[in-house]
Amino acid sequence: MCGIVGLFLKNEALRPELGGLLTDMLITMTDRGPDSAGIAIYGDADAGLKMTIQSDTPAETFAGLQGALEAEIGQPVEIRVVDTHAILTLPEGSGPAVSAYMAERGIRVMGTGESMEIFKEVGLPKDVAARFGLRQMAGSHGIGHTRMATESAVTTLGAHPFSTGADQCLVHNGSLSNHNQMRRILTQKGFAPKTQNDTEVAACYISSRLAEGANLGEALEGTLTDLDGFFTFVVGTKNGFGVVRDPVACKPAVMAETDDYVAFGSEYRALANLPGIETARVWEPEPATVYFWER
Amino acid sequence: MQTIDMATTPLRDLNAALQAQAKQTNQTAWEIVNPKGAHAIAVGLDAPIEVTVKGSTGYYCAGMNKQATVKVTGSAGPGVAENMMSGTVIIEGDASQYAGATGRGGLLVIKGNASSRCGISMKGIDIVVHGSIGHMSAFMAQSGNLVVLGDAGDALGDSLYEARLFVRGAVKSLGADCVEKEMRPEHIAILQDLLTRAGADAKPEEFKRYGSARTLYNFHVDNASAY
Repeated sequence: MCGIVGLFLKNEALRPELGGLLTDMLITMTDRGPDSAGIAIYGDADAGLKMTIQSDTPAETFAGLQGALEAEIGQPVEIRVVDTHAILTLPEGSGPAVSAYMAERGIRVMGTGESMEIFKEVGLPKDVAARFGLRQMAGSHGIGHTRMATESAVTTLGAHPFSTGADQCLVHNGSLSNHNQMRRILTQKGFAPKTQNDTEVAACYISSRLAEGANLGEALEGTLTDLDGFFTFVVGTKNGFGVVRDPVACKPAVMAETDDYVAFGSEYRALANLPGIETARVWEPEPATVYFWER
Repeated sequence: MQTIDMATTPLRDLNAALQAQAKQTNQTAWEIVNPKGAHAIAVGLDAPIEVTVKGSTGYYCAGMNKQATVKVTGSAGPGVAENMMSGTVIIEGDASQYAGATGRGGLLVIKGNASSRCGISMKGIDIVVHGSIGHMSAFMAQSGNLVVLGDAGDALGDSLYEARLFVRGAVKSLGADCVEKEMRPEHIAILQDLLTRAGADAKPEEFKRYGSARTLYNFHVDNASAY
Protein backbone atom coordinates (compact mmCIF):
# COMPACT_ATOMS: atom_id res chain seq x y z
CA MET A 1 0.00 0.00 0.00
CA CYS A 2 2.07 3.02 1.28
CA GLY A 3 0.93 6.55 2.00
CA ILE A 4 2.23 9.74 0.45
CA VAL A 5 1.81 13.32 1.60
CA GLY A 6 3.24 16.47 0.12
CA LEU A 7 2.89 20.19 0.67
CA PHE A 8 4.23 22.97 -1.54
CA LEU A 9 3.67 26.40 -0.05
CA LYS A 10 2.74 29.38 -2.17
CA ASN A 11 2.25 31.67 0.82
CA GLU A 12 5.56 32.47 2.55
CA ALA A 13 3.74 33.21 5.81
CA LEU A 14 2.96 29.50 6.23
CA ARG A 15 6.66 28.46 6.22
CA PRO A 16 6.94 28.12 10.01
CA GLU A 17 3.92 25.79 9.98
CA LEU A 18 5.17 23.43 7.26
CA GLY A 19 6.53 20.80 9.65
CA GLY A 20 3.38 20.79 11.77
CA LEU A 21 1.05 20.48 8.79
CA LEU A 22 3.12 17.71 7.20
CA THR A 23 3.42 15.81 10.47
CA ASP A 24 -0.36 15.68 10.89
CA MET A 25 -0.76 14.60 7.26
CA LEU A 26 1.89 11.90 7.70
CA ILE A 27 0.37 10.44 10.87
CA THR A 28 -3.05 10.27 9.18
CA MET A 29 -1.50 7.91 6.62
CA THR A 30 -0.19 5.48 9.28
CA ASP A 31 -2.55 2.65 8.36
CA ARG A 32 -1.36 2.79 4.74
CA GLY A 33 2.24 2.29 5.86
CA PRO A 34 3.16 1.45 9.44
CA ASP A 35 6.61 -0.07 8.66
CA SER A 36 8.65 3.07 8.36
CA ALA A 37 8.28 6.75 7.64
CA GLY A 38 10.31 9.53 6.16
CA ILE A 39 10.22 13.13 5.16
CA ALA A 40 12.22 15.44 2.91
CA ILE A 41 11.93 19.06 3.88
CA TYR A 42 13.18 22.07 1.96
CA GLY A 43 14.20 24.82 4.36
CA ASP A 44 16.29 27.94 4.04
CA ALA A 45 19.32 27.59 1.82
CA ASP A 46 22.29 28.36 4.07
CA ALA A 47 25.69 29.25 2.73
CA GLY A 48 27.38 26.02 1.75
CA LEU A 49 26.21 22.50 1.15
CA LYS A 50 23.87 20.53 3.41
CA MET A 51 24.45 16.81 3.78
CA THR A 52 22.12 14.56 5.78
CA ILE A 53 23.90 11.49 7.19
CA GLN A 54 22.59 8.57 9.23
CA SER A 55 24.09 6.04 11.61
CA ASP A 56 22.61 3.18 13.64
CA THR A 57 25.13 4.09 16.37
CA PRO A 58 24.85 7.88 16.37
CA ALA A 59 26.45 8.50 19.78
CA GLU A 60 29.76 6.92 18.77
CA THR A 61 29.66 7.83 15.09
CA PHE A 62 28.84 11.51 15.44
CA ALA A 63 31.11 12.17 18.45
CA GLY A 64 34.24 13.84 17.16
CA LEU A 65 33.03 13.72 13.56
CA GLN A 66 33.12 17.51 13.17
CA GLY A 67 36.80 17.75 14.14
CA ALA A 68 37.75 14.74 12.06
CA LEU A 69 36.01 16.15 8.99
CA GLU A 70 37.58 19.59 9.42
CA ALA A 71 40.99 17.92 9.61
CA GLU A 72 40.15 15.90 6.50
CA ILE A 73 39.08 18.79 4.28
CA GLY A 74 40.94 21.62 6.00
CA GLN A 75 37.91 23.87 6.29
CA PRO A 76 35.24 24.53 8.94
CA VAL A 77 32.25 22.17 9.12
CA GLU A 78 29.06 22.47 11.15
CA ILE A 79 27.12 19.51 12.49
CA ARG A 80 23.61 19.31 13.94
CA VAL A 81 22.71 15.90 15.34
CA VAL A 82 19.01 14.92 15.13
CA ASP A 83 18.49 11.45 16.67
CA THR A 84 20.05 8.91 14.24
CA HIS A 85 20.63 11.60 11.62
CA ALA A 86 22.98 14.55 11.46
CA ILE A 87 22.92 17.57 9.18
CA LEU A 88 26.38 18.68 8.08
CA THR A 89 26.94 22.14 6.65
CA LEU A 90 29.96 21.89 4.39
CA PRO A 91 31.98 24.29 2.25
CA GLU A 92 31.01 24.47 -1.42
CA GLY A 93 32.68 21.82 -3.51
CA SER A 94 33.54 19.50 -0.63
CA GLY A 95 30.61 17.14 -1.29
CA PRO A 96 32.48 14.38 -3.17
CA ALA A 97 35.37 14.28 -0.67
CA VAL A 98 32.98 14.13 2.30
CA SER A 99 30.81 11.48 0.61
CA ALA A 100 33.94 9.35 0.10
CA TYR A 101 34.91 9.89 3.73
CA MET A 102 31.46 8.67 4.85
CA ALA A 103 31.54 5.67 2.51
CA GLU A 104 34.90 4.54 3.91
CA ARG A 105 33.44 4.58 7.43
CA GLY A 106 30.07 3.04 6.62
CA ILE A 107 28.13 6.21 7.45
CA ARG A 108 25.05 6.52 5.26
CA VAL A 109 24.50 9.66 3.22
CA MET A 110 20.73 10.22 2.95
CA GLY A 111 20.93 13.26 0.70
CA THR A 112 22.73 16.45 -0.15
CA GLY A 113 21.69 19.84 -1.40
CA GLU A 114 21.44 23.51 -0.66
CA SER A 115 18.12 23.37 1.16
CA MET A 116 16.91 19.75 1.46
CA GLU A 117 17.14 17.65 4.63
CA ILE A 118 15.95 14.04 4.74
CA PHE A 119 14.87 12.08 7.80
CA LYS A 120 13.68 8.48 7.63
CA GLU A 121 13.57 5.54 9.97
CA VAL A 122 11.82 2.26 10.66
CA GLY A 123 8.83 2.61 12.99
CA LEU A 124 5.37 4.11 13.24
CA PRO A 125 5.05 7.53 11.58
CA LYS A 126 4.15 9.24 14.88
CA ASP A 127 7.27 7.82 16.53
CA VAL A 128 9.51 8.70 13.60
CA ALA A 129 8.07 12.24 13.52
CA ALA A 130 8.65 12.66 17.27
CA ARG A 131 12.24 11.36 17.13
CA PHE A 132 13.19 13.91 14.52
CA GLY A 133 11.06 16.78 15.81
CA LEU A 134 9.39 17.09 12.38
CA ARG A 135 6.61 19.20 13.85
CA GLN A 136 9.02 22.05 14.61
CA MET A 137 10.58 22.17 11.15
CA ALA A 138 10.00 25.11 8.81
CA GLY A 139 10.40 25.32 5.08
CA SER A 140 8.97 26.01 1.65
CA HIS A 141 7.90 22.49 0.70
CA GLY A 142 8.15 18.94 1.91
CA ILE A 143 7.27 15.37 0.99
CA GLY A 144 6.51 12.53 3.38
CA HIS A 145 5.96 8.79 3.04
CA THR A 146 4.61 5.98 5.18
CA ARG A 147 5.83 2.60 3.98
CA MET A 148 4.28 -0.84 3.70
CA ALA A 149 7.17 -2.74 2.17
CA THR A 150 6.72 -4.98 -0.86
CA GLU A 151 9.85 -5.03 -3.01
CA SER A 152 12.66 -4.85 -0.45
CA ALA A 153 13.31 -5.26 3.27
CA VAL A 154 12.07 -3.00 6.06
CA THR A 155 15.25 -1.05 6.75
CA THR A 156 16.22 2.58 7.14
CA LEU A 157 17.69 2.63 3.65
CA GLY A 158 14.57 0.99 2.23
CA ALA A 159 12.37 3.78 3.61
CA HIS A 160 11.37 6.73 1.45
CA PRO A 161 12.10 9.49 0.38
CA PHE A 162 15.03 8.50 -1.82
CA SER A 163 17.49 11.18 -2.81
CA THR A 164 19.85 10.47 -5.68
CA GLY A 165 20.75 14.01 -6.75
CA ALA A 166 21.35 17.36 -5.10
CA ASP A 167 18.11 18.68 -3.56
CA GLN A 168 16.16 15.91 -5.33
CA CYS A 169 13.86 13.45 -3.64
CA LEU A 170 11.22 10.95 -4.69
CA VAL A 171 8.55 8.93 -2.90
CA HIS A 172 6.53 6.12 -4.43
CA ASN A 173 3.36 4.17 -3.89
CA GLY A 174 3.36 1.03 -6.00
CA SER A 175 5.89 -1.45 -7.33
CA LEU A 176 8.05 -1.43 -10.44
CA SER A 177 8.52 -4.52 -12.57
CA ASN A 178 11.46 -3.49 -14.78
CA HIS A 179 13.70 -2.12 -12.03
CA ASN A 180 16.45 -4.70 -12.48
CA GLN A 181 16.87 -3.90 -16.16
CA MET A 182 16.67 -0.16 -15.43
CA ARG A 183 19.22 -0.55 -12.61
CA ARG A 184 21.73 -1.95 -15.11
CA ILE A 185 21.08 0.85 -17.60
CA LEU A 186 21.40 3.54 -14.92
CA THR A 187 24.55 1.96 -13.49
CA GLN A 188 26.17 2.18 -16.92
CA LYS A 189 25.21 5.83 -17.08
CA GLY A 190 26.84 6.46 -13.69
CA PHE A 191 23.64 6.67 -11.65
CA ALA A 192 23.97 3.41 -9.73
CA PRO A 193 21.34 2.81 -7.05
CA LYS A 194 22.76 1.92 -3.63
CA THR A 195 20.04 -0.51 -2.60
CA GLN A 196 17.94 -3.30 -4.12
CA ASN A 197 14.84 -1.13 -3.74
CA ASP A 198 12.70 -0.50 -6.83
CA THR A 199 11.84 3.07 -5.82
CA GLU A 200 15.48 4.08 -5.65
CA VAL A 201 15.76 3.07 -9.31
CA ALA A 202 12.99 5.53 -10.15
CA ALA A 203 14.79 8.26 -8.17
CA CYS A 204 18.02 7.53 -10.05
CA TYR A 205 16.10 7.62 -13.33
CA ILE A 206 14.76 11.12 -12.56
CA SER A 207 18.24 12.27 -11.46
CA SER A 208 19.77 10.94 -14.67
CA ARG A 209 17.20 12.74 -16.80
CA LEU A 210 17.66 16.01 -14.91
CA ALA A 211 21.44 15.67 -15.28
CA GLU A 212 20.95 15.22 -19.03
CA GLY A 213 19.18 18.57 -19.17
CA ALA A 214 15.50 17.66 -18.85
CA ASN A 215 13.30 19.82 -16.68
CA LEU A 216 11.25 18.23 -13.92
CA GLY A 217 8.19 17.89 -16.14
CA GLU A 218 10.16 16.17 -18.92
CA ALA A 219 11.84 13.81 -16.45
CA LEU A 220 8.45 12.83 -15.00
CA GLU A 221 7.04 12.38 -18.50
CA GLY A 222 9.86 9.92 -19.18
CA THR A 223 8.76 7.62 -16.34
CA LEU A 224 5.60 6.86 -18.33
CA THR A 225 7.56 5.26 -21.16
CA ASP A 226 10.70 3.98 -19.44
CA LEU A 227 9.35 2.56 -16.17
CA ASP A 228 6.98 -0.40 -16.05
CA GLY A 229 4.75 -1.15 -13.11
CA PHE A 230 2.43 0.54 -10.69
CA PHE A 231 3.36 3.97 -9.49
CA THR A 232 2.24 7.19 -8.06
CA PHE A 233 5.40 9.30 -7.69
CA VAL A 234 5.75 12.58 -5.85
CA VAL A 235 9.03 14.35 -6.50
CA GLY A 236 10.72 17.35 -4.91
CA THR A 237 13.50 19.57 -6.19
CA LYS A 238 14.96 22.75 -4.72
CA ASN A 239 12.27 24.88 -6.36
CA GLY A 240 9.77 22.34 -7.57
CA PHE A 241 7.18 19.75 -6.70
CA GLY A 242 5.85 17.17 -9.15
CA VAL A 243 3.33 14.33 -9.35
CA VAL A 244 2.80 11.55 -11.89
CA ARG A 245 0.67 8.38 -11.90
CA ASP A 246 1.04 5.37 -14.20
CA PRO A 247 -1.57 4.94 -16.97
CA VAL A 248 -3.56 2.32 -15.05
CA ALA A 249 -3.65 4.57 -11.96
CA CYS A 250 -4.61 1.96 -9.37
CA LYS A 251 -2.66 3.75 -6.66
CA PRO A 252 -4.80 6.46 -5.13
CA ALA A 253 -4.03 10.16 -5.22
CA VAL A 254 -5.84 13.34 -4.26
CA MET A 255 -4.62 16.89 -4.71
CA ALA A 256 -5.78 20.21 -3.34
CA GLU A 257 -4.81 23.73 -4.31
CA THR A 258 -5.54 27.08 -2.70
CA ASP A 259 -3.87 30.48 -2.97
CA ASP A 260 -1.64 29.35 -0.08
CA TYR A 261 -0.49 25.86 -1.11
CA VAL A 262 -0.58 22.80 -3.34
CA ALA A 263 -1.10 19.61 -1.35
CA PHE A 264 -0.92 15.92 -2.19
CA GLY A 265 -2.36 12.98 -0.25
CA SER A 266 -2.84 9.30 -1.00
CA GLU A 267 -6.29 9.86 0.44
CA TYR A 268 -8.46 12.88 1.19
CA ARG A 269 -8.09 12.06 4.91
CA ALA A 270 -4.52 13.38 4.73
CA LEU A 271 -5.77 16.75 3.48
CA ALA A 272 -8.92 17.05 5.60
CA ASN A 273 -7.38 19.28 8.29
CA LEU A 274 -5.41 21.66 6.08
CA PRO A 275 -6.36 25.33 6.46
CA GLY A 276 -8.94 26.40 3.89
CA ILE A 277 -9.54 22.87 2.58
CA GLU A 278 -13.30 23.50 2.56
CA THR A 279 -12.91 25.97 -0.29
CA ALA A 280 -9.83 24.44 -1.95
CA ARG A 281 -9.91 23.01 -5.46
CA VAL A 282 -9.71 19.28 -4.77
CA TRP A 283 -9.16 16.81 -7.60
CA GLU A 284 -7.80 13.40 -8.48
CA PRO A 285 -4.72 13.65 -10.72
CA GLU A 286 -5.36 12.07 -14.12
CA PRO A 287 -3.55 8.87 -15.13
CA ALA A 288 -0.37 9.28 -17.22
CA THR A 289 -0.45 13.04 -16.69
CA VAL A 290 2.41 15.07 -15.26
CA TYR A 291 1.70 17.82 -12.77
CA PHE A 292 4.46 20.06 -11.53
CA TRP A 293 4.88 23.39 -9.85
CA GLU A 294 8.07 25.42 -9.77
CA ARG A 295 8.77 28.72 -8.09
CA MET B 1 -33.26 14.44 12.71
CA GLN B 2 -30.45 12.49 14.37
CA THR B 3 -26.98 14.02 14.10
CA ILE B 4 -23.84 11.96 14.61
CA ASP B 5 -20.50 13.74 14.94
CA MET B 6 -17.63 11.59 13.74
CA ALA B 7 -15.21 13.77 15.68
CA THR B 8 -16.67 12.21 18.85
CA THR B 9 -18.41 9.00 17.70
CA PRO B 10 -16.34 5.99 16.59
CA LEU B 11 -17.10 4.67 13.07
CA ARG B 12 -18.30 1.30 14.35
CA ASP B 13 -20.81 2.95 16.69
CA LEU B 14 -22.07 5.13 13.84
CA ASN B 15 -22.56 2.17 11.51
CA ALA B 16 -24.10 0.03 14.26
CA ALA B 17 -26.67 2.76 14.97
CA LEU B 18 -27.58 3.08 11.28
CA GLN B 19 -27.66 -0.67 10.71
CA ALA B 20 -29.97 -1.15 13.73
CA GLN B 21 -32.77 0.87 12.14
CA ALA B 22 -35.80 -1.31 11.44
CA LYS B 23 -37.91 -1.09 8.30
CA GLN B 24 -40.64 0.74 10.24
CA THR B 25 -38.31 3.17 12.03
CA ASN B 26 -39.53 6.65 12.88
CA GLN B 27 -35.95 7.90 12.85
CA THR B 28 -35.75 8.38 9.12
CA ALA B 29 -33.43 11.38 8.85
CA TRP B 30 -29.78 11.17 9.86
CA GLU B 31 -26.97 13.64 9.48
CA ILE B 32 -23.29 12.73 9.79
CA VAL B 33 -20.84 15.56 10.40
CA ASN B 34 -17.03 15.68 10.34
CA PRO B 35 -16.51 12.67 8.05
CA LYS B 36 -13.06 14.03 7.00
CA GLY B 37 -12.48 11.29 4.46
CA ALA B 38 -13.08 8.38 6.85
CA HIS B 39 -13.53 4.91 5.35
CA ALA B 40 -16.69 2.75 5.26
CA ILE B 41 -19.21 5.39 6.37
CA ALA B 42 -22.87 4.25 6.33
CA VAL B 43 -22.20 0.75 5.02
CA GLY B 44 -24.52 -2.24 5.14
CA LEU B 45 -27.70 -0.24 5.73
CA ASP B 46 -31.02 -2.05 5.34
CA ALA B 47 -33.86 0.37 6.13
CA PRO B 48 -35.63 3.17 4.23
CA ILE B 49 -33.76 5.93 6.03
CA GLU B 50 -32.14 9.08 4.66
CA VAL B 51 -28.53 9.69 5.63
CA THR B 52 -26.74 12.91 4.72
CA VAL B 53 -22.97 12.97 5.11
CA LYS B 54 -21.83 16.59 5.44
CA GLY B 55 -18.40 16.61 3.83
CA SER B 56 -16.18 14.18 1.92
CA THR B 57 -15.81 10.45 2.48
CA GLY B 58 -12.98 7.93 2.00
CA TYR B 59 -13.04 4.36 0.75
CA TYR B 60 -16.29 2.36 0.45
CA CYS B 61 -18.93 4.84 1.58
CA ALA B 62 -22.48 3.38 1.42
CA GLY B 63 -21.21 -0.05 0.43
CA MET B 64 -23.75 -2.89 0.26
CA ASN B 65 -26.59 -0.40 0.66
CA LYS B 66 -30.18 -1.70 0.75
CA GLN B 67 -33.22 0.60 0.77
CA ALA B 68 -31.49 3.62 2.31
CA THR B 69 -30.83 6.96 0.63
CA VAL B 70 -27.29 8.12 1.34
CA LYS B 71 -26.23 11.59 0.24
CA VAL B 72 -22.66 12.90 0.41
CA THR B 73 -22.40 16.69 0.19
CA GLY B 74 -18.68 16.57 -0.73
CA SER B 75 -16.72 14.05 -2.77
CA ALA B 76 -16.43 10.29 -2.29
CA GLY B 77 -13.30 8.15 -2.21
CA PRO B 78 -12.73 4.83 -3.99
CA GLY B 79 -15.49 2.21 -4.12
CA VAL B 80 -18.50 4.33 -3.22
CA ALA B 81 -21.75 2.29 -3.19
CA GLU B 82 -19.78 -0.85 -3.94
CA ASN B 83 -22.10 -3.84 -4.25
CA MET B 84 -25.22 -1.74 -3.63
CA MET B 85 -28.39 -3.86 -3.63
CA SER B 86 -31.12 -1.21 -3.65
CA GLY B 87 -31.80 2.34 -2.50
CA THR B 88 -30.16 5.54 -3.70
CA VAL B 89 -26.70 7.03 -3.23
CA ILE B 90 -26.10 10.63 -4.30
CA ILE B 91 -22.64 12.24 -4.44
CA GLU B 92 -22.75 16.01 -4.82
CA GLY B 93 -19.04 16.25 -5.70
CA ASP B 94 -16.73 13.84 -7.53
CA ALA B 95 -16.28 10.10 -7.01
CA SER B 96 -12.95 8.29 -7.08
CA GLN B 97 -12.13 4.92 -8.64
CA TYR B 98 -14.62 2.06 -9.09
CA ALA B 99 -17.79 3.88 -8.05
CA GLY B 100 -20.72 1.48 -7.96
CA ALA B 101 -18.51 -1.55 -8.58
CA THR B 102 -20.35 -4.89 -8.64
CA GLY B 103 -23.64 -3.13 -7.71
CA ARG B 104 -26.71 -5.32 -8.05
CA GLY B 105 -29.47 -2.71 -7.81
CA GLY B 106 -30.46 0.77 -6.74
CA LEU B 107 -29.44 4.13 -8.19
CA LEU B 108 -26.05 5.83 -7.81
CA VAL B 109 -25.98 9.50 -8.85
CA ILE B 110 -22.67 11.34 -9.11
CA LYS B 111 -23.18 15.08 -9.67
CA GLY B 112 -19.49 15.69 -10.47
CA ASN B 113 -17.04 13.43 -12.30
CA ALA B 114 -16.23 9.80 -11.60
CA SER B 115 -12.70 8.54 -12.17
CA SER B 116 -11.47 5.22 -13.54
CA ARG B 117 -13.34 1.92 -13.47
CA CYS B 118 -16.76 3.44 -12.75
CA GLY B 119 -19.35 0.63 -12.70
CA ILE B 120 -16.77 -2.14 -13.06
CA SER B 121 -18.54 -5.51 -13.01
CA MET B 122 -21.93 -3.86 -12.38
CA LYS B 123 -24.69 -6.42 -12.07
CA GLY B 124 -27.95 -4.47 -12.18
CA ILE B 125 -27.20 -1.11 -10.56
CA ASP B 126 -28.11 2.11 -12.39
CA ILE B 127 -25.40 4.78 -12.35
CA VAL B 128 -25.90 8.35 -13.57
CA VAL B 129 -22.80 10.57 -13.76
CA HIS B 130 -23.51 14.24 -14.46
CA GLY B 131 -19.85 14.85 -15.38
CA SER B 132 -17.32 12.58 -17.08
CA ILE B 133 -15.91 9.15 -16.27
CA GLY B 134 -12.36 7.77 -16.42
CA HIS B 135 -10.76 4.83 -18.18
CA MET B 136 -11.87 1.18 -18.03
CA SER B 137 -15.37 2.10 -16.91
CA ALA B 138 -18.04 -0.62 -17.04
CA PHE B 139 -15.32 -3.26 -17.45
CA MET B 140 -17.07 -6.66 -17.53
CA ALA B 141 -20.37 -4.97 -16.69
CA GLN B 142 -23.11 -7.57 -16.66
CA SER B 143 -26.42 -5.72 -16.34
CA GLY B 144 -27.87 -2.36 -15.35
CA ASN B 145 -27.42 1.07 -16.93
CA LEU B 146 -24.50 3.49 -16.88
CA VAL B 147 -25.45 7.01 -17.98
CA VAL B 148 -22.76 9.65 -18.55
CA LEU B 149 -23.64 13.25 -19.39
CA GLY B 150 -20.00 14.15 -20.07
CA ASP B 151 -17.23 12.16 -21.70
CA ALA B 152 -15.88 8.63 -21.18
CA GLY B 153 -12.19 7.69 -20.94
CA ASP B 154 -10.27 4.90 -22.63
CA ALA B 155 -11.57 1.35 -23.05
CA LEU B 156 -15.20 1.96 -22.17
CA GLY B 157 -17.14 -1.27 -21.64
CA ASP B 158 -14.24 -3.65 -22.17
CA SER B 159 -15.40 -7.30 -22.13
CA LEU B 160 -18.95 -6.10 -21.60
CA TYR B 161 -21.87 -8.45 -21.00
CA GLU B 162 -25.45 -7.11 -21.02
CA ALA B 163 -25.20 -3.71 -19.32
CA ARG B 164 -26.37 -0.66 -21.29
CA LEU B 165 -24.03 2.32 -21.55
CA PHE B 166 -25.37 5.76 -22.52
CA VAL B 167 -22.85 8.53 -23.15
CA ARG B 168 -23.71 12.07 -24.24
CA GLY B 169 -20.16 13.34 -24.81
CA ALA B 170 -17.08 11.88 -26.46
CA VAL B 171 -15.83 8.36 -25.85
CA LYS B 172 -12.04 8.27 -25.97
CA SER B 173 -12.01 4.62 -26.98
CA LEU B 174 -14.20 1.53 -26.72
CA GLY B 175 -12.90 -1.59 -25.02
CA ALA B 176 -12.84 -5.07 -26.53
CA ASP B 177 -16.26 -6.25 -27.71
CA CYS B 178 -18.00 -2.94 -26.90
CA VAL B 179 -19.82 -1.32 -29.83
CA GLU B 180 -22.17 1.56 -30.50
CA LYS B 181 -25.75 0.40 -30.85
CA GLU B 182 -28.95 1.83 -32.21
CA MET B 183 -31.08 3.88 -29.81
CA ARG B 184 -34.57 2.39 -29.96
CA PRO B 185 -37.74 3.77 -28.30
CA GLU B 186 -37.37 1.44 -25.31
CA HIS B 187 -33.88 2.79 -24.68
CA ILE B 188 -35.14 6.38 -24.87
CA ALA B 189 -37.77 5.47 -22.27
CA ILE B 190 -35.25 3.84 -19.91
CA LEU B 191 -32.88 6.77 -20.28
CA GLN B 192 -35.61 9.40 -19.77
CA ASP B 193 -36.66 7.69 -16.54
CA LEU B 194 -33.07 7.56 -15.24
CA LEU B 195 -32.33 11.18 -16.17
CA THR B 196 -35.48 12.32 -14.40
CA ARG B 197 -34.74 10.31 -11.27
CA ALA B 198 -31.17 11.58 -11.21
CA GLY B 199 -32.23 15.21 -11.61
CA ALA B 200 -30.19 15.50 -14.79
CA ASP B 201 -30.94 18.27 -17.27
CA ALA B 202 -30.38 16.40 -20.53
CA LYS B 203 -32.44 14.97 -23.37
CA PRO B 204 -32.26 11.22 -24.09
CA GLU B 205 -31.91 11.94 -27.79
CA GLU B 206 -28.52 13.57 -27.17
CA PHE B 207 -26.98 10.27 -26.03
CA LYS B 208 -25.41 7.37 -27.84
CA ARG B 209 -25.90 3.82 -26.65
CA TYR B 210 -23.07 1.31 -26.36
CA GLY B 211 -23.34 -2.37 -25.60
CA SER B 212 -21.77 -5.76 -26.07
CA ALA B 213 -21.13 -7.11 -29.56
CA ARG B 214 -21.52 -10.52 -27.86
CA THR B 215 -18.57 -12.00 -29.71
CA LEU B 216 -16.34 -12.44 -26.66
CA TYR B 217 -18.46 -14.44 -24.28
CA ASN B 218 -19.99 -16.97 -26.66
CA PHE B 219 -17.88 -19.99 -27.44
CA HIS B 220 -16.63 -20.01 -31.02
CA VAL B 221 -14.93 -23.13 -32.23
CA ASP B 222 -12.71 -20.99 -34.46
CA ASN B 223 -11.28 -19.40 -31.31
CA ALA B 224 -10.70 -22.66 -29.47
CA SER B 225 -6.94 -22.28 -29.52
CA ALA B 226 -7.22 -18.88 -27.84
CA TYR B 227 -9.08 -20.16 -24.76
